[in-house]
Amino acid sequence: MTMATIETSRPAAARQYAGLSLRAWRIVGVAALLVGACALPFALSSYHLFQATQVLVYAMVLLGLNILTGFNGQISLGHGAFYAIGAYTAAVLLDKTGVPYWATIPLAGAVCLVAGFLFGRPALRLEGHYLALATFALAVSTPQILKYKHFEEWTGGVQGIVITKPDAPLGLPLDSDQWLYFFCLLWTVPLFVIGWNLLRGRTGRAMVAIRDHPMAAATMGIDTALYKSMTFGVSAMYTGIAGALGALVAQFVSPDSFGFPLSIQFLVGIVVGGIASISGAVFGAIFIEFVPNIADQISKAAPQAIYGIFLITSMYLMPMGVAGVIRRATARLARMTGERPPR
Amino acid sequence: MQAFLHQVLSGLANGGIYASVALALVMIYQATHHVNFAQGEMAMFSTYVCWLLLQAGVPYWVAFILTLGFAFAAGVAIERIIVRPVEQAPVLTVVAVFIGLLLIINSLAGWLFSYTIKAFPSPFPSDAWYGSPFMSPHEVGMIFVTMVVLALVFFFFRFTPLGLAMRAAAQNPVSSRLVGIRVGWMLAIGWGLAGLIGSVAGMMAAPIVYLDPYMMTGILLYGFAAALVGGIDNAWGAVLGGFTVGVLENVAGAYVVGTELKLTVALAIIIGVLVIRPSGLFGRVLVTRV
Amino acid sequence: MSASADAILETRGLDAAYGPTQVLQALDLTVPRGGIVTLLGANGAGKTTALRAICNMMVRCAGEIHFAGQRIDGRATEDIVRLGIGHVPDGRGTFVSLTVEENLRLGAYTRRDREVAQDFERVYGYFPRLKERYRQQAGTLSGGEQQMLAISRALMLRPKLLLLDEPSFGLAPLIVQEIFRILRAINQQEGTSMLLVEQNASIALELADQAYLLETGRIIMAGPSRVISSDESVRRAYLGY
Repeated sequence: MTMATIETSRPAAARQYAGLSLRAWRIVGVAALLVGACALPFALSSYHLFQATQVLVYAMVLLGLNILTGFNGQISLGHGAFYAIGAYTAAVLLDKTGVPYWATIPLAGAVCLVAGFLFGRPALRLEGHYLALATFALAVSTPQILKYKHFEEWTGGVQGIVITKPDAPLGLPLDSDQWLYFFCLLWTVPLFVIGWNLLRGRTGRAMVAIRDHPMAAATMGIDTALYKSMTFGVSAMYTGIAGALGALVAQFVSPDSFGFPLSIQFLVGIVVGGIASISGAVFGAIFIEFVPNIADQISKAAPQAIYGIFLITSMYLMPMGVAGVIRRATARLARMTGERPPR
Repeated sequence: MQAFLHQVLSGLANGGIYASVALALVMIYQATHHVNFAQGEMAMFSTYVCWLLLQAGVPYWVAFILTLGFAFAAGVAIERIIVRPVEQAPVLTVVAVFIGLLLIINSLAGWLFSYTIKAFPSPFPSDAWYGSPFMSPHEVGMIFVTMVVLALVFFFFRFTPLGLAMRAAAQNPVSSRLVGIRVGWMLAIGWGLAGLIGSVAGMMAAPIVYLDPYMMTGILLYGFAAALVGGIDNAWGAVLGGFTVGVLENVAGAYVVGTELKLTVALAIIIGVLVIRPSGLFGRVLVTRV
Repeated sequence: MSASADAILETRGLDAAYGPTQVLQALDLTVPRGGIVTLLGANGAGKTTALRAICNMMVRCAGEIHFAGQRIDGRATEDIVRLGIGHVPDGRGTFVSLTVEENLRLGAYTRRDREVAQDFERVYGYFPRLKERYRQQAGTLSGGEQQMLAISRALMLRPKLLLLDEPSFGLAPLIVQEIFRILRAINQQEGTSMLLVEQNASIALELADQAYLLETGRIIMAGPSRVISSDESVRRAYLGY
């Protein structure tokens, strides 16, 4: 299977697997996932719930990055910057203005949409390595910009800004951790649904066409410049929303947590999870949330080393990431067990 | 006025380091059309090897030469083992592999040598005769050493058969094969040389920025800026770009934006070049055939 | 079964493909020692592919290739070349940013003997124009001069066999005649065997002793060039009369 299979038509008589069609299985699977996701906060301890919430946040980031890099082929090593913009937008609004916490999220998304689009326009001419270079530079210089003394009044300088966790509204019987989890879920699910629709439809096909054959795409009437800038904007928006939510989860923002290592984490996430794959965003998020925690216990250098090893071995052994491995396994399973429905 | 001159001269000294890093980047780019994101870490690790030798009591210049040998061998090994399998792969794969290499080398250094900052000696004593209020002896020495290395590299490529073969292999691998050049090994040697040049930059920079696993990130960024300014496929441009960017960094830092935004200056240069004139001052404007 | 004693090059059952597309089928070709053989055919017949297959570049091949008594199929291009095959590729393949002299020096890259300087003089003897321009950047030479440079670079190898891919392409008739005259001189004076791929059938048949006619990857005719050139169908299809 090639990258980013986008289904355009179904076979006339769908194959049945243990009594249900593939489509039905998909719906069952997603439903089970949602039910599980909703049950999680009542089963997990406070710390593990915090981790699960962080996974949701990362999943949104990785979906955003995947839209840009996986599906549209624009390599970004600098998405940590958009995450930072989202996080700081939320933090500054909460710190300096009376904007309620739930309104900071869409505002952060809007700011990042614009920022991404603005970055995307000049980046139009940059391909491959050059774009990677430019975004690398963006990632490396982000902490410095955030620490800049003329912005200190707003950004809190090196110490950053502290945020209080919001309580559950309307007197719901949830503690603040549980509420925060559901709040993030309330953003994650629609973002994934929108992303899924976007990528399956005409827009998604245009994006992939631009990635694979930009010249041909242009001659087919696709406004590549507009698409590429919009994709940058949308990708940044996803990341910014996640950044704002992440700020609430972490309860503070500080410049040094938004440096190059963060952007690298995101890259590792999509590579390991699966480039050009929506489910890959979730696998990747799980990977980058839990691996550092485990690896830290081995040595301080271990998390980075593991990231590096996974980046390289993924490219050799499983270029389609975990999602690709699962896809191939289910395809093999389907071939073995599937029966055609009787004519 | 004196202060300004000091900034410029000191900028030139730093520029020598940026020029070396930029040259290493350009060498690899010319041969493979890939940007080696791990160049900085390779230089950093080589500098640690030098430090290790110095700790063991080896005299400075002996350690220096041995480190050059190590850096060369490491570069060749990395190319043959890690880079060769992905030579023809799509850009994202190559970028991911290089970033992976960056991470592995960085964490290897952190694990072997710890993350605590270490001092690194300069071979140019602080009371040497060639010091002045405008340039410290180390800065003078830096420029001297980088110029010597650059001159040797130039001489190698221009006047030796191997250098000629490497230039040929970088420009036209198909025709190179037809004259019997083993193109694969030319690439490996190119990586070795790039590693060697990078290690010089590391050993010259370490006395100033101190030795720690993250010492080269900012320098690498400036190396990128320098390579882009000069034209990423042009070796002379890289060198010129390095000195230009070094001076710009200091002048901008002292008179325009303040010293805390130096990395942002590099970012501005990079974005500026890529947007206004992507082929840099001296690079060839690539016209792609449809 | 070993190759015939007086053949410098012999292919048996040579297949070649670009990816999934088969271009050559079961090619049997022989170049006698000291002889000039030409491979003719229309565009797309597979002539360039045949030369590439011999040097194992850019194509996937199967079948046997014997050169000077050795099997060379499957070996790396740079190793095949070192055995004594000089390949003048289509499009000249000169190193355009390097000087004429550097191009020639690269031709002698694999040589370890001390007679390289002599060969420079020899090559300048065949192509005086190159001597005039020896410090010039190869990319600034005219088409004819670049072709001369490409041939000279191959000669610097002191090859036993010269493979020439469409040397007349894009050149004025007078230059073509000059080049082909020099090729004949090289063959007579040095004994260098040649396999010449050409679209310009008449001039190729004038130079060569033997000819093969290639059509969609198969040899449909073979024989002495005088016989081929007087064949009715060949004259109509390839010689224009």
